[in-house]
Amino acid sequence: MFEACADPKSIEGLTWLTCYLTSGKHLDFYWSFVTVLALLAVTAPIAMGMGFLGAMAARSHVAPIRWIGKGYSAMVRGVPDIVYFMFFVIALDQGIEYVRHLMVCPDLSEPVFRGMEFHVCAEAKVPLATASPFVYQAYGFFLAVVTFAIVFGAFVANVIYGAMQAVPRAQLETGEAYGMSHRQVFRRILVPQMWTYALPGLTNLWMILIKATPLLFLLGVKDIVYYARELGGTKTQAYEFPHGDWRLYYFLGLLVFYLVMTKISETLLGRLAARLSKGQATAAGEAMRKAAI
Amino acid sequence: MSTCWETIGDYGLRSIGIGANLLPKSDFTLCQQFTLIGSGLIWNVYFGALALAFGFFLANALALARSARNPWVRKPADWFVFVFRGSPLFIQFFLAYEMLVLLPRSGINVFGFTVETSWLTKAWAGALIVLFLNTAAYSAEIFFGALRSIPKGDLEAADAYGFSGWRKFVRIEWPTMLRLAWPSYTNEAIFLFQSTTLVFFSGFPAFGQRGDALYYANYFADKTFNPFIPYPIIAFYFVLLTLGLIWIFGRVNRYLNRYLPQNQKARIRLRPQLIR
Repeated sequence: MFEACADPKSIEGLTWLTCYLTSGKHLDFYWSFVTVLALLAVTAPIAMGMGFLGAMAARSHVAPIRWIGKGYSAMVRGVPDIVYFMFFVIALDQGIEYVRHLMVCPDLSEPVFRGMEFHVCAEAKVPLATASPFVYQAYGFFLAVVTFAIVFGAFVANVIYGAMQAVPRAQLETGEAYGMSHRQVFRRILVPQMWTYALPGLTNLWMILIKATPLLFLLGVKDIVYYARELGGTKTQAYEFPHGDWRLYYFLGLLVFYLVMTKISETLLGRLAARLSKGQATAAGEAMRKAAI
Repeated sequence: MSTCWETIGDYGLRSIGIGANLLPKSDFTLCQQFTLIGSGLIWNVYFGALALAFGFFLANALALARSARNPWVRKPADWFVFVFRGSPLFIQFFLAYEMLVLLPRSGINVFGFTVETSWLTKAWAGALIVLFLNTAAYSAEIFFGALRSIPKGDLEAADAYGFSGWRKFVRIEWPTMLRLAWPSYTNEAIFLFQSTTLVFFSGFPAFGQRGDALYYANYFADKTFNPFIPYPIIAFYFVLLTLGLIWIFGRVNRYLNRYLPQNQKARIRLRPQLIR
């Protein structure tokens, strides 16, 4: 990057470190932090949406929709989430390839599931074998987003369903007494009021989501864990910047990154919780009212 | 084609190195998958049970330290809990592994004795230490919260009856803390058992293909390209494990609540909560 870095073997000390930390691979490493943040930014709203739909379905008066909603939110109980991560990635991948197999393959005579194996023709592979590495990465990221959204959507559905149940019945009845329809009560009273009950659970979920991002590594995306292992490993003299086993320091860096993320989230969500509790008939709202007097 | 009983004999204890050495390579049967994944569950139970047992004591000590007035006692405990609760377990495993690998291979010389260190890099010890510290931090948070929500009336009653110091703690505060914390602690135990599936995916190698339930489930999914059999099997096992845990913890909960009037007893709900 810098001119002084043209010949890394001849430089020492701080210059060496500067050159080392700005090498091409390290820039990729820094970009992978953006990947993680992007995953968080994309997944959180989608999971919220899926969770909201799940909670609404679970409250539905139509039995089959209610079963779907309840089943979806019950899915994550009792089974480790990592099992879902491993499962959905393969299942989604196979699902997409199977659909493409039916659409583009010239010869459909061979079955896709042969005994216990899965075969599709070369044209149906996603991504295509000729695709660039970027496409592979993007596809991996896409699978990760969908997987995270499904699993965390189920978590969110649980929290929001509980929060909707927690809104005091009297508040809804007040709305009905003013002549609002069911739909209006839902939109004008239930949804605005439930957030104060949902926020503690959602805060926890956000923390869990942050702490689940290293699982990207298991899904085959070149994320921060991948680069920390790659860059930290022992580099012999054959490399531009030879060094010993530094993986410990790289992982310490990741640890600090996550701790900072946690701390920032705690502070911001704490403020939001205080805002939402204002004037609410909850313990937190009552404490605020007393403190104001 | 061997019968299922032979398969169970071969692979029932495969995860701890007893039975057939070679894993099945082709023509996988349902029985093989059930047996091997179940065999891997031994490791999940081992990690979960021991980490929980040891972690319980450290968690109590940490909760007490956090409620201490002296900042020299309180601050380190606060930081310990923050670091372990604020970072992913996955990163903690990696970090611990890299740290333990850096220990000298020949052992450390302490006053003329050589202390072996190589065993620490093995999953059975290294991962257990991480899980132990991790669950201690989460449980300490639960116990600390319970300690602070002991009803004021209970403490005043203890004072009125002349309890003080250690006796007050042992007879009144600690049992009440446990009673209040128990439902959340049950939840933490369930989460801990689930977290044990991360061990063999995070730095710690599985020597001789001796891994946990998820390791074998992943093995089958990789070999057969069919995720729809091994993962539901492991899910089935974990639901059983969770139900077992809830039953055991429910018994303890009943014991902790035994002196309360019937209508005040806090039941452990059959539906495990989601939030750690």
